[in-house]
Amino acid sequence: MDDILKILEKDATLTPEALAKMCNRTPEEIRAMIAEWEKQGVILGRRTLVDWERAGEEKARAMIEVKIDHRGAYAYDKLAERIRNYPEVKSLYLMSGTYDFLVVVEGKSLKEVAFFVSDKLSSQEIVTATATHFVMNTYKENHVMFKVPTADERINELL
Amino acid sequence: MIPYEQLISQSLAGLKPSGIRKFFDLLSTMDDVISLTVGQPDFVTPWHIREAAIESLERGHTYYTANAGTTDLRRAIADYLDRRFSLRYDPHHEVVVTVGGSEAIDLALRAVINPGDEVIVPVPSFVCYGPLAAMAGGVPVMLETRPEDGFKLTPERLRAAITPRTKLLVLPFPNNPTGAILTEEELCGIADVLRETNVLVLSDEIYAELTYGRRHTSFASIPGMWERTILVSGFSKAYAMTGWRMGYLAAPEPLAREMLKLHQYAIMCAPTISQFAALEALRNGDDDIAMMREEYDRRRSFLLAGLAELGIDCYPAEGAFYLYPHIGKFGLTSEEFCERLLYEGRCAIVPGTAFGDVGEGYARISYAYSMRHLEEALLRIGNFLKTL
Repeated sequence: MDDILKILEKDATLTPEALAKMCNRTPEEIRAMIAEWEKQGVILGRRTLVDWERAGEEKARAMIEVKIDHRGAYAYDKLAERIRNYPEVKSLYLMSGTYDFLVVVEGKSLKEVAFFVSDKLSSQEIVTATATHFVMNTYKENHVMFKVPTADERINELL
Repeated sequence: MIPYEQLISQSLAGLKPSGIRKFFDLLSTMDDVISLTVGQPDFVTPWHIREAAIESLERGHTYYTANAGTTDLRRAIADYLDRRFSLRYDPHHEVVVTVGGSEAIDLALRAVINPGDEVIVPVPSFVCYGPLAAMAGGVPVMLETRPEDGFKLTPERLRAAITPRTKLLVLPFPNNPTGAILTEEELCGIADVLRETNVLVLSDEIYAELTYGRRHTSFASIPGMWERTILVSGFSKAYAMTGWRMGYLAAPEPLAREMLKLHQYAIMCAPTISQFAALEALRNGDDDIAMMREEYDRRRSFLLAGLAELGIDCYPAEGAFYLYPHIGKFGLTSEEFCERLLYEGRCAIVPGTAFGDVGEGYARISYAYSMRHLEEALLRIGNFLKTL
């Protein structure tokens, strides 16, 4: 059954009917498994990976290191809860190492992202420092290569 | 004018070119076609293997290797054959690294055939055995495997095909195009027939890693068969390394020695860069094989269930990455069916007759394609069938 989760992680478009044929089960069984995973919060969503640059849309993305003041009793989770609610925040991680949070922010322009950092992140009471790194180019995301040809190069020979 | 036709070797001129060429040429001029014709993995060679090749170049390993291949690689091949199939070969005298499994097949045939020797070739199978045997002066004896036997070679049919002139039996299992495999028990049946004879065996086990539901048994591991077997295998199918042209043969020293002689004069040695890649594949590639095998198996299940839904009968083949469905019941010849499916249904599969007359009524479907591709193909085949 973990198999099905692994298959779906790679390709969310597979229908229960197709999955059933692949794994020698019935579509009903597959639907029940997926429903259960959704109920338990194991499956959280299904997205399409888009190369927005190819699509002709300008976007600015930044990885922002956030340090917080550890003197108070302020919990990580509480700040995380605040930060992740902003729609501009694409991903948010608690980190080991020299800073505390890594925030991935996406906006229409550099300016918009920079404004978000100064206005929404740095202004949080216990945030002591931020460092903003803008993404210059995406080569790979979620195991998918960006900007490589996808045509099938294989020749037709009777092998 | 040079009279080329008179100057070309008569036995070569007598060979028919592959009959599928026309169909493939047609296919290559069409777009918006979903093709299930390709006989090589859709995976790119795993990165660590490619990286090993790059590193070998960075270190300047650009010379010839020993004729039989690097000692490291031959040792790794011998270890692998032992680990996976309980086979013992001396890496120094019984293993030769070749340019793909194809070269190994050619070497084996040329090394043992005298003019007029008969070579039994179970068909349908990969198309090279007959022509190469003929070029070596042999007489290919095509032995049809039957659908009711699951396209397996049976002891009875083998016994009936053996004559005093029989020199060699080709054992092409797991099979292209049928996907049929021979189990240990079935191999024992074949061995019982051969034991009474001096017939040699060319066991082409290039798809050994791609069996589903059960592990492959090597013919050379059947008691008493090692001595008469030339084992041919390679890296193309198991590790998705078709373009590297890496194969090998393993055989008792008196046979290996002769094949090495041919290899030495014709090839010198297999490409050095590919040998480094192959070494990495054997040392650290088990997980890659497992991952790809699982993926193929799911596609196989998907296609088998999908074909059944469309009312197409298909033997549930346990090996390689092909299915070989019966399409005869739709009232068209294999070629008509496949050409119309191509033109009208925009989906390409290989007519069984590409593998000889024995393939009439059948077609080969490759599942070395993504699930998305296979889903679309089934949809198109289904739509096409509705128009018949």
